[in-house]
Amino acid sequence: MADSGLLPLPLDVLHRRLEGRMVPFAGYAMPVQYPMGVMAEHLWTRESAGLFDVSHMGQLTLEGEGAAEWLETIAPGDFKALAAGKLRYSLLLAPDGGILDDLMVTNTGSHFYLVVNGATKHEDLAVMRSQLPAGLTLTHLEGAVLLALQGPKAVDVMQRLGVVPEFPGIAPVEAMKFMSAGPYLWNGTRLGISRSGYTGEDGYEISLDAADAEAFAHALLADPAVRPIGLGARDSLRLEAGLPLYGHDLSPEIEPVEAGLAFAISKRRKVEGGFPGAARILKALLDGPARKRVGLKLEGKQPAREGALLFSGDTEVGILTSGGFAPSVGAPVAMGYVSAACAADGTALEIEVRGKRLPATVVPMPFWQKNYVR
Amino acid sequence: MRYYSKDHEWIEVDGSTATVGITDYAQGQLGDVVFVELPEAGRLVEAGKEAAVVESVKAASEVYAPVSGTVLDANQALADDPSLVNSAPEAGGWFFRLTLSNLSELDALMDADAYQAFLATL
Repeated sequence: MADSGLLPLPLDVLHRRLEGRMVPFAGYAMPVQYPMGVMAEHLWTRESAGLFDVSHMGQLTLEGEGAAEWLETIAPGDFKALAAGKLRYSLLLAPDGGILDDLMVTNTGSHFYLVVNGATKHEDLAVMRSQLPAGLTLTHLEGAVLLALQGPKAVDVMQRLGVVPEFPGIAPVEAMKFMSAGPYLWNGTRLGISRSGYTGEDGYEISLDAADAEAFAHALLADPAVRPIGLGARDSLRLEAGLPLYGHDLSPEIEPVEAGLAFAISKRRKVEGGFPGAARILKALLDGPARKRVGLKLEGKQPAREGALLFSGDTEVGILTSGGFAPSVGAPVAMGYVSAACAADGTALEIEVRGKRLPATVVPMPFWQKNYVR
Repeated sequence: MRYYSKDHEWIEVDGSTATVGITDYAQGQLGDVVFVELPEAGRLVEAGKEAAVVESVKAASEVYAPVSGTVLDANQALADDPSLVNSAPEAGGWFFRLTLSNLSELDALMDADAYQAFLATL
């Protein structure tokens, strides 16, 4: 396979040994699936534990006096109130309030640790660096590995593996709360672990040095509960969980309220503003957006894909931004943007696919109920 | 006699009628098939042009008619169980039958040995 011009992941050799089918994604050669296949990988993650290599994502650190205050000028979270050992989903916003990226922000206690999307990380860095005040240091942890272990058995696996807190007072992995993080050790290897993920399952994201990653990944894969999972199942898992994917469901043309991400605008920020596009975003909060991101369940088995147009009678009312077959639901599902008048749950719409109209209904998301432990 | 196309369709010819499906290699590339859009009886299909659409979990892919002809019927079993395309691509997972309109088009296709040799070049 011609992978010319693509960067290899630090664990490239491992993926190829596991017979991952490598495809271009975000400038990297990445495994879209392993021999088990997308459907089985998806279901395995929902029932056991799936190991995902998401090292294409950008891992950044932000250090210095006033880091929380500065973060609040680029994203709408309440970072001043983000306690040490906690993380939060947030949005990098353009001056007009459009979404430049979605990201996770962790307060490690000594600095902030950010995870941004792989396809947007270089643009994100450029935007951040152009606004970075003196006294703050933004570092791209290039070459670092990020693994996600997701699924109901992820906790048992991490416990069995002997992952322990690096310092007293830090919760053991099994007692970590969802959206908390800390430093851990495995065989002397340092792991930055958060209880989080983007599959709709309980699990962990684990940051570590590339030099340690192969041994750690091997140890995880040696557990019979763990299988490697590719990008294909990662996409169907997040779609089923109702989670938007940047570059598809989120873009600079979309502001957070219409995207259904108003929860990412912290309460204090809704009152105080002071983030990019605050006037537009706070107006959308007050008046309601003109269009909304909604979930759609299709009748029958035929999936509809990104780009398909949505109709109410003869009127075009929206467009799909993600769509496919949901293995755990056993039916096709989709998400897209529709005019606010058509966004209520239960609204009957039609999706145009290859000249035919498929009946679909607006439904609440997630399509699949989460398995979060607590 | 069974022929194969470079687009990874197979065609089993019996006189002037034929059965069309996709090869084991093709189903392996597509992954888990969740839906197949089949042509209706009576539709004219043209060699090398779209005749069906096969949907996997992740993507939709066109299936081309290896030869021209008129569709006789389609495999209704795929409506209930599209995974037949994965489990039995060159048997129970067939797509449609047609009446050939130009038998000489078969000359452009490969036999089983030539197709295996072609796969080895991919």
